[in-house]
Amino acid sequence: MSTLIENAVCTFCGCLCDDITVEVDNNRIVKTKRACANGRGLFMEYDATPRKPLIYGKEVSWEEAIAECASILENADNPLIYGLSSTSTEAQKKAVELADRLGAVIDTTSSVCHGPTALAMQTVGEATCTLGEVSHRADLLVFWGCNPAVSHMRHFSRYSLMPKGKLVPNGRKDRSMYVVDVRPTASSKVADHFIQIKPGSDYEVLTVLRVLAQGKKVDADQVGGVAIEQLQQLVDRMKGCRYGAAFMGMGLTMTRGRDINVRELFSLVSELNKFTRFSVIPMRGHSNVAGADQVMTWQTGYPFAVSFARGYPQYGPGEFTAVDLLARGEVDAALIIASDPAAHFPRGAAEYLEQIPTIVIDPEKNMTAKAARVFLPTACCGIDAPGTYYRMDNISIYARPVVASGRPRDEDVLTGIMEAMKLC
Amino acid sequence: MTKRRIRALREKFVLITGRTTKQAIGMHKGKESEAYIRAVTRVDMSDHDMDRLGINEGEDILLYTLEDSIEAPVFKGNLPEGMLFMPMGPVANRLVGVDTSGKGMPSYKGFLVEVERP
Repeated sequence: MSTLIENAVCTFCGCLCDDITVEVDNNRIVKTKRACANGRGLFMEYDATPRKPLIYGKEVSWEEAIAECASILENADNPLIYGLSSTSTEAQKKAVELADRLGAVIDTTSSVCHGPTALAMQTVGEATCTLGEVSHRADLLVFWGCNPAVSHMRHFSRYSLMPKGKLVPNGRKDRSMYVVDVRPTASSKVADHFIQIKPGSDYEVLTVLRVLAQGKKVDADQVGGVAIEQLQQLVDRMKGCRYGAAFMGMGLTMTRGRDINVRELFSLVSELNKFTRFSVIPMRGHSNVAGADQVMTWQTGYPFAVSFARGYPQYGPGEFTAVDLLARGEVDAALIIASDPAAHFPRGAAEYLEQIPTIVIDPEKNMTAKAARVFLPTACCGIDAPGTYYRMDNISIYARPVVASGRPRDEDVLTGIMEAMKLC
Repeated sequence: MTKRRIRALREKFVLITGRTTKQAIGMHKGKESEAYIRAVTRVDMSDHDMDRLGINEGEDILLYTLEDSIEAPVFKGNLPEGMLFMPMGPVANRLVGVDTSGKGMPSYKGFLVEVERP
């Protein structure tokens, strides 16, 4: 007999939709309602059957696997702890504690998504709001370098474009939407206005928008392939809206300029508050990457790229970020939690993981796990484990499990490793 | 000499990598699944560039950067001339360099690649 569970939390992306209905039969999710294609994939493809850990691909007991992890990490001179974006804040806190005890470097997937956004935020601050405010108030939406129709499929319907809010009672009809990108996308198709800029020109275009917002003239006909008149129209619309919300993605952070692109957008948004109410929200990709930033900042003072090698936290983007450390071969062991750098890092960094003892804690045997010395198959938060997650607007949401699990949680495994360690 | 002649025939493009629906859905099936491998092993190119270079849809092309080279089938995409798009993943990442400009972030978007027919 199947059971219906209402208001389950989807822990795939930073939207953290908490209105999903799942149908469970024989401890397996057989149907979902309201989940997008990504959420459906997460719920339907996951098998909560307990699995044994692997050392060199061979099944071992949990005690053996945890002892091996403790031995690898204790014997390393400069271990790296990386990932954390798809696990709970409870596990993230344990990972920071472990890094502190080991004198390890700890970095999160923020470094290859919104790390530059954090750098910009530290420079110029962030005028931000919640998605609730956007859904109830925003009459102007600007999506810059992001494609939520593909990456955050329910963002438009649940939070930004479509909802009927208190001050936008007609939903879509009361809102105007701009997309700025280097190519037409599924998101630009549903926008009222699409501004196509040349690749690598975000900084220049944003700087000109700031100048125009201050009422100054620009001695040029176009910038970044866009006519100044078109940018002036956007600025006029921004200054004239009642409540504006900008959303930015990796079109800004992964391209030339990185953090200074984001800095220009954040500065523009701050300056627009002289004329109206305007906010910006980074489109966080992984389900709890915002939580990873939160926990790292509570515990260490910094959002990512932290080394405990000197006995206290040191911050070093470019120095203590995972891609740089692996590319330079500066770590001698790695503990990867809830992420898959072998699939998502440049080859020159990913390959180094095969040369050092690597431990993977993840519900799935991902590409990194396949080449790892130790793989620990844990429960998946929101499906067979509970946990606290942070939505892209930094609202915390507690994800309840929807099926029973015989698998340990990530935080249980990390606690076990710390207990098995002889040091400290 | 031969190498120099082949290099001269290569076309320069700007490559953007990013998420696609098929790549994300394929990921849930497992990164060794056919659905995922097919989803991440493809290159999108504008109509105009395909016509100009005489490349048919589904035909393999070679992409080169200083890091590595890959071979993948090309498909028509709604892109400006001179731009290619590849889904994020292990295939595209072979072309991505490890330089992060001291920020921790490699250039996954907007880097130069050279294109050649096999």
